[in-house]
Amino acid sequence: MIVLLHGLGDQVAKGRVSIVVERCKACGFCVEFCPTHVLALSSAFNSKGYHPPHVVHPEKCSGCDLCGMYCPDFAIYATKIAEPKAQKTAGGDE
Amino acid sequence: MNALDQTVNPVEPFLRTDRMPHIWCPGCGIGTTVNSFARALIESKVDLDTLALVSGIGCTGRVAGYVKLDSFHTTHGRAIPFATGLKMANPKLSVVVYSGDGDLAAIGGNHLIHAARRNIDLKVICVNNLIYAMTGGQSAPTTPGHATTSTNPYGTFEPAFNLPHLLDAAGAVYVARWTTFHVRQLARAMSEAFAKRGFSFIEVISPCPTLYQRRNKMGDGLDTMKYYKDKSKVKHGAPTSEVGLTLNGEIVVGKFVDRDRPDYQSMMRAQYVESLGERYIEAPETECVCD
Repeated sequence: MIVLLHGLGDQVAKGRVSIVVERCKACGFCVEFCPTHVLALSSAFNSKGYHPPHVVHPEKCSGCDLCGMYCPDFAIYATKIAEPKAQKTAGGDE
Repeated sequence: MNALDQTVNPVEPFLRTDRMPHIWCPGCGIGTTVNSFARALIESKVDLDTLALVSGIGCTGRVAGYVKLDSFHTTHGRAIPFATGLKMANPKLSVVVYSGDGDLAAIGGNHLIHAARRNIDLKVICVNNLIYAMTGGQSAPTTPGHATTSTNPYGTFEPAFNLPHLLDAAGAVYVARWTTFHVRQLARAMSEAFAKRGFSFIEVISPCPTLYQRRNKMGDGLDTMKYYKDKSKVKHGAPTSEVGLTLNGEIVVGKFVDRDRPDYQSMMRAQYVESLGERYIEAPETECVCD
């Protein structure tokens, strides 16, 4: 499950979070330690019964990949967006 | 996943993804240390063909099975003897020992101090969860006083090992301690250990939410990470005799020892040259006999 940037308000996402939902064990490390509070645990379940995180503020993501450093299950990572202006119009699908 | 998404998780190329999800509990910190290890491998540009990872038995011992590197899962406590043999037979290899406190400091405690004394060129990463986790939460030599464990239901009373002090005294050239909260510092410490010749020891304090934290009513893995964040104090070069762990106290982290001392193989060469003189002919470095 990938959440693309939306470019809400005047803030443009500098990074993008990718989540492998089925690997998540809902420890909450990524939600707690994201410096810009991009994530929250969702109410949905994965097939093992855990609540994986979802992106609530995609525009705040800086692509620092601290979520990927913390995740003990290798289920999340963030990448920097190379050209945020060019991609701004492409957001919102999927 | 998404077809639009061309990126991959940086740790993914180092994992045997067919074995995921792993067996580690929710909130366990071992996976986090693997993330830092992968970043250190990328950063220090280690040639993966000359890298070997050895681990013993225990939760952390599973790392050898989950990383897509040349790895070996040895018998209990014998990760360092195996790694020593590997290094002696093929000195070109960069050998990493990745194991837990129960494996390295308890069952393999003797091997640990003697490898440090001999200064064998090994990079030892010790994930310390303060307990024997895989076998059911028995007291380990690293369990701090007053902690409740399955073998000490009324609290432990034995003094615990202060691993950085032990390794400093035994002669390791690089000794650092970080927690699973300090992911970037941990990755940097691992990179520094890769650049170092000699016995490097990195202790990583990690939560065991299922056995240690639950029995001691310390919450889950996330609560422990917050505790690490609040109670950790970075003191580089701190005297290792003062960095012992307590049940709820401060955790001193940082790089404690970084010194240079001839390693085992250079000492061996120097001794033979001294006593045998011209009669000592060094065997040509063997080609990698891995295939």
